[in-house]
Amino acid sequence: MLKVNVYITLKKEILDAQGLVIKKAIKQIGYENVKEVRFGKFIQMEIDDNGKSEDEIKKEIEYLSDKLLANPNIENYKYEIVRN
Amino acid sequence: MSGRQKPYFGILVFPGTNCETDCYHVLKNLLKVDCKYIWHKEKRDDDINAIIIPGGFSYGDYLRSGAVAKFSPIMSFVRDFAQNGGLVIGICNGFQILLEGNLLPGAMLRNDTLKFICKYVNLKVEDINNPFASGYRKDEIINMPIRHNEGNYYINNDGLKSLKKNNQILLRYCDENGIINENTNPNGSVENIAGICNKERNVFGLMPHPEACCEELLGSDNGLKMFKSMVSFIS
Repeated sequence: MLKVNVYITLKKEILDAQGLVIKKAIKQIGYENVKEVRFGKFIQMEIDDNGKSEDEIKKEIEYLSDKLLANPNIENYKYEIVRN
Repeated sequence: MSGRQKPYFGILVFPGTNCETDCYHVLKNLLKVDCKYIWHKEKRDDDINAIIIPGGFSYGDYLRSGAVAKFSPIMSFVRDFAQNGGLVIGICNGFQILLEGNLLPGAMLRNDTLKFICKYVNLKVEDINNPFASGYRKDEIINMPIRHNEGNYYINNDGLKSLKKNNQILLRYCDENGIINENTNPNGSVENIAGICNKERNVFGLMPHPEACCEELLGSDNGLKMFKSMVSFIS
C-alpha cells in the first residue's frame, strides 16, 4: 500500500484572496517576517500498487490530479509517494 | 437530437441542486412550455431539445464547485447533445459544472470578497446574436439576482482575447447606468464577466439567476426574456 500526498495551490498569477487574509492575520499577531502565504488543499490517498511500477503509479496520480483533484486552469499540484 | 418541433426542456437534477423547481415553474406555468426533470444518473434522454443545468450545490460543492458533477452519467449525454448543436444553459452552479466539464472556457474562483453574495445586480447585455439573449436589446441594462460564493470568473489572457474576438461575452456586471468598472464588479470576475457562451453559441453559462426574476411579484421579470429567447429559438 502506498500513501500519496497531493498538494494543490492556486497558480502564481491568480490572486489568492484566502492567502492574503491569512497573511494579514499573521501580521496582526505580530509576525512581520512572514512575507508570502499561499492557501491550498491537501489530499491524502492510499493506493494499492498491485505490483505496478512507480512510473505507472505516477501516471495514475497525475491523471487523477489533472482530471479531478486539481483544475489545471487555475491550480498547480505536486505530490509525494510515501512507502510504508 | 430530438426530431420534435415543440420546445421540450430537460432540467438536470444532481444531489444538491436546488433551483430546478424555479426553472420548471417558469417554463410550465409562465410560458406553458413542456419540461421535465432529468436525474443525473440517467444516461440519455431523447425527448428533449434543450437542457437547463440549474443552480444549487451539486455534491455539496466538495473539492470545487461542479468538479464532481461533471462525472455524472448524464454529462456525457450533455456533451454529445451540445456537440450536435443542442441548446444548453448552465445557471450559477450549472455554469460552474459547464466550466469544470470544459464545455465552456475558464474557471471559477472564490469571490474576491471571500463572502457569499446574495443580492440583485445590474447586467449589461453585450451580445444578442445568440439563442439566449435575442429577446433583449444590445447594451440593455437588466436586473437579476446573484447568490454565490464562487462566482469570480477567471480566464487567462489568451482565453480572454478569444472570448472577445468571438463575441462570447454575453453579460457583464455594471451599474444602473451601464458603467462597467471595479466598483460594479461584485466578485472579482475578469472584466466583470457574468455570462459567456461557447464559440458555436449554443452553450451558455451565467452566474445570475434568470429563473428567480421572471415575475414582477418577485421584484423583477427581467429573466423571462432569456427563457423566451430560448423557446423561440427552438420553436
